[in-house]
Amino acid sequence: MKAIAILASKEFCDGIRNRWFLGAAGALMIFALGLTFVGSAPSGSVGVDRLAVTTVSLTSLAVFLLPLMALLLSYDALVGEIERGTMSLLLTYPVARWQVVVGKFIGQTFGLGAATITGFGVAGLFLLWLAPDSANWHGYLLLVGSSVWLGAVFVAIGLVISGLPQQRGAAAALAFIVWLVFVVMYDMALLGGLVADQAAIIGPSVFNFLLLFNPADAFRMFNLAGVEDIRAAAGLLGADMAGGLALSGALMSLFFWTTLPLGLAVFIFHRKSL
Amino acid sequence: MPDKQTVCVQGVTKTFDTQHALENLTLSVGAGESLALLGHNGAGKTTLMKLVLGLIRPDAGKVRILGVDPAGSGATEIRQNLGYLPENIAFYPALSGAETLAFYARLKRQPVADCARLLDRVGLGDAARKKVGAYSKGMRQRLGLAQALIGNPRVLLLDEPTTGLDPELRHSFYNIVRELEDDGVSVILSSHALTELEAHTRKIAILRKGHLIAAGTLGELRDQANLPIHIRLNSHQAAGFSDIASSLPAGITQRPINGHAIELALPPTRKVEMLRYLVGNVPEFDDLDITQPTLADLYLHFQNRSTPS
Ligand SMILES: Nc1ncnc2c1ncn2[C@@H]1O[C@H](COP(=O)(O)OP(=O)(O)O)[C@@H](O)[C@H]1O
Ligand SMILES: [Mg+2]
Repeated sequence: MKAIAILASKEFCDGIRNRWFLGAAGALMIFALGLTFVGSAPSGSVGVDRLAVTTVSLTSLAVFLLPLMALLLSYDALVGEIERGTMSLLLTYPVARWQVVVGKFIGQTFGLGAATITGFGVAGLFLLWLAPDSANWHGYLLLVGSSVWLGAVFVAIGLVISGLPQQRGAAAALAFIVWLVFVVMYDMALLGGLVADQAAIIGPSVFNFLLLFNPADAFRMFNLAGVEDIRAAAGLLGADMAGGLALSGALMSLFFWTTLPLGLAVFIFHRKSL
Repeated sequence: MPDKQTVCVQGVTKTFDTQHALENLTLSVGAGESLALLGHNGAGKTTLMKLVLGLIRPDAGKVRILGVDPAGSGATEIRQNLGYLPENIAFYPALSGAETLAFYARLKRQPVADCARLLDRVGLGDAARKKVGAYSKGMRQRLGLAQALIGNPRVLLLDEPTTGLDPELRHSFYNIVRELEDDGVSVILSSHALTELEAHTRKIAILRKGHLIAAGTLGELRDQANLPIHIRLNSHQAAGFSDIASSLPAGITQRPINGHAIELALPPTRKVEMLRYLVGNVPEFDDLDITQPTLADLYLHFQNRSTPS
């Protein structure tokens, strides 16, 4: 246990030391503030809560940015140390391989999580000033919390990527492909299928079910389906996504997309020759 | 009684793709014993150390360190008692020397307060706050030794520890190693620098293309090789040496260096006999040097013997 804490805190401090944390928190803050002001500008949609509008746009931002940041952070975690030569020394210390993987997972998740909370937190302070008596604050808090979780999911996926190839370059390419698949192509393929299918096979429930296989979509579903006003602000998703089923399904998806990749990364790293 | 042994390697084979790194290697190091691994580049020294450390697994055979399988799950705890200095040591460049040692000391559950003393011991006290990324090769190597010494390990594995160090540093390096050996630490080091090993280690194992071709102390290797010893006679007299070849006992060869020096080659067992003979029968000499076969001579002998051509 102690070894995990030592490795996690080193990973976290590395993020602060090399200014990665500063960059990530800064970028999230700037984007979040930008969306906050745009989303809060007086618009035609009377009756829609400003906070709910902002939450919807921040959800899209998080789906886009957080997987990218998480993968950029974690794809290097194992293969980088192997390539630079620090890993073989580390593994001669009283540290089991699974502890290395879990320690890095915790340290990077905390680092990314802290950056997320900082960035969205500052935007939240402005919202507090812009929409002080909104009824949808729990939706915003859920967004911040699930964003941290989304980061954890993609840190775990990045660790799998980091354990696979022998070269960092290959891991970087793989990380980019994985991001493209989960964040861009999966949805496009699903929509394409939906259009071609003309609702013959893919009904709304099948569609929702397929969304759950992608952690990025599960995250979106969790945030957009949860709160009445947010659902309204998001508009398009309508009644199909309402209800506890979507919520618990999304949470299950995020849970499995954290634990399974983490277990797989441990398994892969355990079998690796150095 | 395998638990009495520091390291035990039995019938170990390790192949990378098609490259035989080690073949059917058997070797052991007793408690408190030290070992020098000798061999050309690619002989398998580093592979052997990685097997002993559990970083890689053997294809066949058995490896034990302090009685446990280093690649097994029980090995995590015994790593508390190991120190390792890799061949090409790499550190986290953004950390300072002191921070680096503190990180490793925590992992070994040792007090961080001892690190300053360790840095002083390897002569890095003044550079403790400097970033490791700005260290010279010699400084990195010394930091490498310092991290290997954390927690007073019982077994120390040093992979070519002195390559790239200047003679002065080498000297202080081997002084530290000898102090450790005197304290009962098992030091296993590899090298292809032959001359410096002679003075510093006890048991020697010579590897060639993954095979163990000789093992033993320097004395035992000399006995096994049975190479001739050389006696060099010097004369200060004006006349120098007359021809003494005809009168030498059988089995002794001579090689004149110049008029005033001559070198005799003889089997090691006949050393005393020869000295008595020289004192009695060769009045011309005023001085003599006896040279034993050096480790370099032995190394070449075993290398050549293992490749009949
Ligand atoms: N990871 C590896 N992959 C492929 N071949 C390797 C690997 N490590 C070592 N070898 C090969 O195994 C042999 C022994 O290497 P090594 O143990 O490093 O030799 P030494 O340390 O004595 O110079 C060499 O032929 C080397 O090319
Ligand atoms: Mg080597």
